[in-house]
Amino acid sequence: MDNPVLTVLIAMLGGAIRVSTPFMFVALGETLTEKSGRINLGLEGTLVLGAMVAYAVSYLTGNAWLGVLAAGGAGTVLGALHGYICKLPRVNDVAVGIAMMSFGTGLAFFFGKPFIQPQAPHLEAIPLGAWSDNPALAQALEVNPLFFVGIILAIFLGWAFKNTRWGLIIRMTGDSAASAKAMGVSVDLVRFLATAAGGFLAGIGGAFLSLSYPGIWNQGLSSGQGLMAVALVIFARWDPVRAIMAALFFGAAGAIGPSLQAVGITQGYYFFNAAPYILTLIIMIISAGSKSAARDVPGELTMK
Amino acid sequence: MTAETATPPAPAKSAEPDIRLLKLAEAVTIPALALIASALAFSVFLILIGKDPVQFYQLIWTGGFGSSFSFQNSLQRAAPLILTGLAFAIPARIGLTMIGGEGALVLGGFTAAAMAIPLVSSGVTPWITLPVMAATGMLTGALWLGFTGWLKHSRGVNETIASLLLSYIAIAIMNFFVEGLLRDPSSANKPSTMPIGDAYRIGSMPGTDVHWGLAAGIVLAIALWVLMSRTTFGFAARMTGGNARAAKAQGLPVGTLMVVSCMIAGACAGLAGFFEVAAIHGQANASLVAGYGFTGILVSFLARHNPIAIVPVAILFGALAAAGGVIQRRMGMPDATVLVLQGILFVVLLVSETFYGRFKIFQPKASGDRT
Repeated sequence: MDNPVLTVLIAMLGGAIRVSTPFMFVALGETLTEKSGRINLGLEGTLVLGAMVAYAVSYLTGNAWLGVLAAGGAGTVLGALHGYICKLPRVNDVAVGIAMMSFGTGLAFFFGKPFIQPQAPHLEAIPLGAWSDNPALAQALEVNPLFFVGIILAIFLGWAFKNTRWGLIIRMTGDSAASAKAMGVSVDLVRFLATAAGGFLAGIGGAFLSLSYPGIWNQGLSSGQGLMAVALVIFARWDPVRAIMAALFFGAAGAIGPSLQAVGITQGYYFFNAAPYILTLIIMIISAGSKSAARDVPGELTMK
Repeated sequence: MTAETATPPAPAKSAEPDIRLLKLAEAVTIPALALIASALAFSVFLILIGKDPVQFYQLIWTGGFGSSFSFQNSLQRAAPLILTGLAFAIPARIGLTMIGGEGALVLGGFTAAAMAIPLVSSGVTPWITLPVMAATGMLTGALWLGFTGWLKHSRGVNETIASLLLSYIAIAIMNFFVEGLLRDPSSANKPSTMPIGDAYRIGSMPGTDVHWGLAAGIVLAIALWVLMSRTTFGFAARMTGGNARAAKAQGLPVGTLMVVSCMIAGACAGLAGFFEVAAIHGQANASLVAGYGFTGILVSFLARHNPIAIVPVAILFGALAAAGGVIQRRMGMPDATVLVLQGILFVVLLVSETFYGRFKIFQPKASGDRT
């Protein structure tokens, strides 16, 4: 128990599970959107707005799950707006994403001001570690139900992309708009729906931030997780199940700093805080040049 | 997004209005309409939350332009926005969406302040110290964003995500040093580097309370306008922005152009950081992370990435920032109000891109329906 290496490892395991969940939802949402051939860089804003809405609704109604639903709703609205704007001719979807990032963040900070102080009901975690007499391990294994929802969703999406009519339509729209049109599919409609649904998932990711871990609402709640999740999609090569693995990996990286702090190593705290960003950048550099990524990229994406 | 600027000029008939004037009128009218439309949209927002839009715009006017004091305050805040606007505009002309200006500003300001520590303590004259600080800030910024441009060119790494990630890393680097190695022990509540001291501060321009950063910004804006529209480099850069593959086929050094554009951008943002340290804060600390880099993106879009147009647009946003405090106090609204307004403006502005070429009045009659 006093073994510091073990303590750090357990803290990293718990951290990976906790920190990865918002990455998962945003990455799944972005995968869905990008599969249809559109990019949404604005999910960082969606994440922040989702976190604020979830916290506010949970506080006002006393029901955390209503908060999750409301966050999904807010994300859907932002996603739908993004989807609608991007279908206008001559509009650049990368730039719109940057604009939506600042719009979503602005709204969240504006309406979230009164909710910084009060304590909202949290999502109940499932104590999977109750069997263990090691309190650190028990705490690390208190897993939020949304974690499992994310995993099930990823498996479902991976299956649906390959085996359902809708999955085929989304992939076709993303790979070649011309052939989708030839099949009588409305490219704009498919992308609009995929972007709105992606926003829904990112909103739920935000709800996890404010209602579970770290479980508070303030203006510094998300610092780039939404954006890192977008980078993670490229790394996961547009595959939902690989996105889950990547999210866990990122979660573990994000947990290094706090875990080391738990055993009293505070030296280089800021360096370890920057670890996820540096890791994302390194991963982007590696995956940008890889042949397998070039093979899996949806053909219609404007940003590769 | 720079496709319009790359439209080949059609031969203008002497009886028709000059095509350049038409293009200019279009490039001024559409952003102006977008500005009005977003002001209206924001008014609806204000009415919905039970605030008076008329009072809001009056406060912006008085808080930003109403008195000599408030106008100088606006100009003061416009200075970094001109530079960060340029930091977005130059790569944008070459087709890159670089949003890392914030990081280059923070790191430029921090390295400038760090460079000042040995110089100030050994009593080197401000006439040497300040230029060395400025050069340090510009060089750091140039290397920081130049690295992103190089990654884009050599590895195909998406520059938008990479540059934003680098901003987070830049802030972490500054925090790491400011809270550790380079921390001034007397900065208890707000960890900072050693103050450069009043003797080393950059003063105001004669007859004003506005620091020299404004003049530097305007001079750079003009210089970069000349560079982008009157030199071979600018022509090659704009051609690359129009069609990178065609530019490559023509034998243009696309990679070098990209890296150099990004380095210019980084130098601009780094210079902004230097002025924030040398003229405003006197030291490097978390106050450097003030969002100037992000507002600069919006400034550049509204100015359609034209270096000269960035100056008035930056002043407009400087006024908005200057009025923010008054609005907060008088109307009881949170400081994020300005963020909401900027967000709405940004979205509306991008929607307005779809109207270029759609208004008949701006189209030369001879060529008929152009898209």
